[in-house]
Amino acid sequence: MADSRLIRIENLTKRFGDLVVLNDISLHVDYGENFVVFGQSGTGKSVLLKCIIGLLKPEAGNIFIKDKNIIELKKKELNKIRKNIGFLFQGAALYDSMTVRENLEFTLKKNFNFTQKEIDEKVINALEHVSLEEAIDKMPSELSGGMKKRIGLARSIITEPELMLYDEPTTGLDPITSKEISELILTLQKRLNMTSIVVTHDLICANIIADRAIFLRDSKISYEGTIDELVQSDDYFLRNFFSKEIIKE
Amino acid sequence: MNLPQLKFNKRATASEIVFNFFASIGGLTIFVVEFFKQVFIPPYEIAEVKKHMDELGVKTFPIVSVTGLIIGLVLALQSWPVLARFGATDFLPAMVSLSVVRELGPVITALIFAGRVSSGIGAELGSMRVTEQIDAMEVSAINPFKYLVVTRVVATTMILPVLTVYVVFIAIIGGYIAVIIAESMSFTYYQNAVINAIEFGDFIPGIAKTFVFGFIVGIVGSFKGFTAEGGTEGVGRASTTAVVMASLLILIFDMILVKITMWLWPTLG
Repeated sequence: MADSRLIRIENLTKRFGDLVVLNDISLHVDYGENFVVFGQSGTGKSVLLKCIIGLLKPEAGNIFIKDKNIIELKKKELNKIRKNIGFLFQGAALYDSMTVRENLEFTLKKNFNFTQKEIDEKVINALEHVSLEEAIDKMPSELSGGMKKRIGLARSIITEPELMLYDEPTTGLDPITSKEISELILTLQKRLNMTSIVVTHDLICANIIADRAIFLRDSKISYEGTIDELVQSDDYFLRNFFSKEIIKE
Repeated sequence: MNLPQLKFNKRATASEIVFNFFASIGGLTIFVVEFFKQVFIPPYEIAEVKKHMDELGVKTFPIVSVTGLIIGLVLALQSWPVLARFGATDFLPAMVSLSVVRELGPVITALIFAGRVSSGIGAELGSMRVTEQIDAMEVSAINPFKYLVVTRVVATTMILPVLTVYVVFIAIIGGYIAVIIAESMSFTYYQNAVINAIEFGDFIPGIAKTFVFGFIVGIVGSFKGFTAEGGTEGVGRASTTAVVMASLLILIFDMILVKITMWLWPTLG
């Protein structure tokens, strides 16, 4: 069922010098699916996301987004695809010389031909989605960690992308804010009918969001299935990993 | 744009130092080529260029004003006793103005500008790099090189000649202050002596090289910041190495440009 697949990754290998971070990874993500990538720190989860968006070039393999192999695309064609993808960075990566409003307007002004009135409406709308309308004229330095993540999320969804990539959306947040962000991701995914890939090691977040998950270990996919199956796996390493996660929660 | 990766070690070996030196030169060359590839392609981001000219240039006026005044003053004060020994104090206005217009004004302004602006650009872009703001631009299908680097380099290239003309003027005023401290000389005499000493041809090489110096300040700061890695330590390294590299390149290019000037205008030699 190739038509139902938004992303198809075939035999992806990524190295940094002698260190193999991803070794012969193959996976797919269907339209409308919430796909979670699990793994310990340093197992290449974020590297996988950066390969998908074209920030890192893999040494081998193919990444198809809507049947276009992004590895072979030229910058201009890659940018066309990127306009349809949102990316929430681990630290939100808000432009710290711009206000929240300017952060949200930036992509709209640079990549689209909206009128100022349309841009204003979209900014307000995006901020309403994340319940932070009052932060519109604040600078990123005036926001808390959770607020930054929400504004980062608002900036990513303002173009109503078909695909959202989340890099550790709940890292560094307290459990309550973490749960709120996870629920917000799920709400937005349903409201905007997006496909999501979420990189995390937060089991609560994964439990709320995931339709399907993989677990990365030793540069390979060591498990693929639902979260329940993952948690109940007989694999010693997974049991150990998730028992520690559950204790933490 | 694939840039060579530098090797950072607290105790770098000699081979690593040599490697990093050539990797920096190679990386900077690739960066310069990329700049010329992108500078003529729209969008031109005029508003950003104006913003940087204000941020990087106009706000440098106070420090270069003080510098200019002190250059003129000290130059005149130091030269006065020597010229007085030969009874040539009448030549002081000409000496001060020619030195400042042809060499001291452009080079010292560029070095001050490098200290303030190159490090500032290095720190700002370095911080944007390590906090993934540059990646965020890239994934939003916005060209960060064009938006962040090209605009800053154009701004520094255009604003430094303006700053230099201003510094030259202030330094000549500084020279006059020194003259009236040492001996009474009417302003009209000083002014006429300066005007008679400087020809239009003296200005051209001095001002022309400031375009090159402005470019060096912008491109080196941007290169160091854009390629920063290793968290806050990397930002600090980008900032300091930007000043060192920009200052060194300004002095090297000054030597080359003086030689070229003498070849183009032999009468100036």
